[in-house]
Amino acid sequence: MGLTAQSSKLSSMTDVFHIEKKDNQYIVALAGNPNTGKSTVFNYLTGLKQHTGNWPGKTVVSARGEYSCNDKDYVMIDLPGSYSLFTSSKDEEVSRDFLSHGSYDAAVVVADATCLERNLNLVFQVSELAEKVILCINLIDEANKKNIVIDRKGLEKELHIPVVLTSARDGTGMDELKRTIEKEIVSRTKKQHESLVKYDDEIEEKVREITISLHKMNVSNTRWTALRLLDSSPEIFSLEKKGHLSKLQAEQLKSLFKLQDDKITREKISEENYNYANELKQKYVAEDTKKINKDKKIDDIITSRYFGMPIMLVMLGLIFWITIQGANIPSKILSDVLFGFQKKLTEWFISQGIPNYIRGIFIDGAYRTLAWVVSVMLPPMAIFFPLFTLLEDLGYLPRVAFNLDHYFKKSCAHGKQSLCMCMGLGCNAAGVVGCRIIDSPRERLIAVLTNNFMPCNGRFPTLIAISSAFFAVTASSFLNGLIPALFVTLMVLVGIWMTLMTSYILSKTLLKGVPSTFTLELPPYRVPQFGRILYTSVIDRTVFVLSRAAVIAVPAGAATWILANVYAGETSLLVHAANFLNQFAEVFGLDGIILMAFIVGIPANEIVLPVMLMAYLSTGTLTEYESVGFLRNILIQNGWTPLTALNVMLFSLLHWPCSTTLWTIKKETGSFRWTAASLLIPTAAAFAVCFVTASIYRLFF
Amino acid sequence: MKVLTDANVGETVKVKNNDAEESLKERLLALGVTNGAHIEVLRKGPKNNLTVYRIRGAMIALRKEESRYIEIV
Repeated sequence: MGLTAQSSKLSSMTDVFHIEKKDNQYIVALAGNPNTGKSTVFNYLTGLKQHTGNWPGKTVVSARGEYSCNDKDYVMIDLPGSYSLFTSSKDEEVSRDFLSHGSYDAAVVVADATCLERNLNLVFQVSELAEKVILCINLIDEANKKNIVIDRKGLEKELHIPVVLTSARDGTGMDELKRTIEKEIVSRTKKQHESLVKYDDEIEEKVREITISLHKMNVSNTRWTALRLLDSSPEIFSLEKKGHLSKLQAEQLKSLFKLQDDKITREKISEENYNYANELKQKYVAEDTKKINKDKKIDDIITSRYFGMPIMLVMLGLIFWITIQGANIPSKILSDVLFGFQKKLTEWFISQGIPNYIRGIFIDGAYRTLAWVVSVMLPPMAIFFPLFTLLEDLGYLPRVAFNLDHYFKKSCAHGKQSLCMCMGLGCNAAGVVGCRIIDSPRERLIAVLTNNFMPCNGRFPTLIAISSAFFAVTASSFLNGLIPALFVTLMVLVGIWMTLMTSYILSKTLLKGVPSTFTLELPPYRVPQFGRILYTSVIDRTVFVLSRAAVIAVPAGAATWILANVYAGETSLLVHAANFLNQFAEVFGLDGIILMAFIVGIPANEIVLPVMLMAYLSTGTLTEYESVGFLRNILIQNGWTPLTALNVMLFSLLHWPCSTTLWTIKKETGSFRWTAASLLIPTAAAFAVCFVTASIYRLFF
Repeated sequence: MKVLTDANVGETVKVKNNDAEESLKERLLALGVTNGAHIEVLRKGPKNNLTVYRIRGAMIALRKEESRYIEIV
């Protein structure tokens, strides 16, 4: 979740095949099943704070980092997590293509100590591709807690590859991992082994025959190539490179050796891989079944048929409640400080004799908008992000996908769409990139087009502020704290409902089709890393997202001030623009300034509310800031009714995506048409819903 | 013919044949649903839609649309 410095770098894999490196730098590929703490290993070694989450498919783009060990420099490539190198998923293709065609000196396969049997399958596959493989059995601390004991020496002896036990989050075994990588790359001169798994005689015999031909053709990785000729379609050889079989050659060899039953062979090979994995587990891993069932007991409640959904709703409401309650005081302090400083600045400008219009542009325009963005947006963000990351780290999000799957199935969409939506709650651009975890192109597109219905962190502070100002006005302060949380939760539910409806409609019209297959791993629950959560949430997300908003708030604030203070005839340009939009906006229960603020907010939704306030203030007389009461007064003075408040929230929830998201959608879909659709669908939805609520309201009031 | 969908919660079954179409089969094989694999049925989810299985030590949820392709004994 969340737009971070990392996730916004939409580096495409194609550049990664040719790793830029300095002389004397070695390249290490990092592979592994999803959810093995691979990214934590990567972060620990390279110091790069890539975001890690406890759910499958987190690393949707490969990341690159550098580290040194004993005066030698290493480039580490973090490949997307994958269960196997042979499936059709985009992520797994990326890993396979890099391991088969990329240039690297060694591959480290990160495996989950608590689930070694499943993880070994990938280790075997990588060992057929890479000359030097290091098995890094991570999460050894979790294994210890579950009384799982792994015989490292035994495994090493049997597999003939180095095995390191690590717990990357507290650094256990990490120095040894570095030294092992060094030893393998620098000291070992020849290939470690031919392959970890020996298949049955029939397969091995064919491999021998094919290998002879491959040698004549100067193919470099003969065993892997021979095996893939046996068990894959020639498509797997689509990537052209010297020393590798081309697709055409593969087709010729397949017909020459009469290798037509590749599917049967693949099944056999998978079976033998797993049988060997099971054998290794029986021999070298001792388990305690009682401890293993702990997760099962938690899941009996969390994903129970009856309590699963209510628990989820309560959890969501609770997160918003804590966010709102916690944000109140810091918001007040921040605004006191920032607006206090504005007064000082104003006095200073006046004392220096600086012209009024310059003061207006810089102080009343740019600075004031920035101050609002910071005081309204920062506290909720800084509280919401760590809370949400906590849930993510615990491993709760796949359970959300589990509980919601039947709704998505009914909408003919993919069950993992709910994971993309969770990412969207942080930032829709990140959510759109996250849609890569969905294999089926049709369902991925649906997830991309509807991601915007999840209110990102640029929007829910707006929802909080408006619902606090307008609806939390009862006599009880406890109720007043509860009401905004209920409203925001309700808005998220409306967003989910709209997502499901739109997905359904798309499935029946533009994107016809039936739901594709679905497999979902529920990873073990893990104790979150509190220090890292604070770091990633505050530095990586909050500061990054906030600075992006601030960069846009400053010019937008200045521009709004100019528009409000340049007069054409009797009225300012701003009022002209607002009047122009007014008639249209009123049909939807909004007003011209609101609509204008949403248009100005296209680069960053964070500035919508501040721009709105700027515009209202520039035409009114209120200047004193008195927290929520102040906000309520401005809004009511400008003719807001409960309908206006509700519709602004709905419009904020449903309206067009911000420009970053649109740009990301263009990049992800590669299509102008779908980008246009992703703009038009939410826009139409926002206007339609607001029209309905406005019409109903007018019937009664 | 008995399929994985029919297995009751708490049962541990053995895979006899994986009859899924291409891409699903590939994915199931990757997760360790190979012939002879042991699968424990852990829990049914909301609306009887998803079922959680323990496959090769990991908890994997499958819809009945997927589990019905897996023949068991």
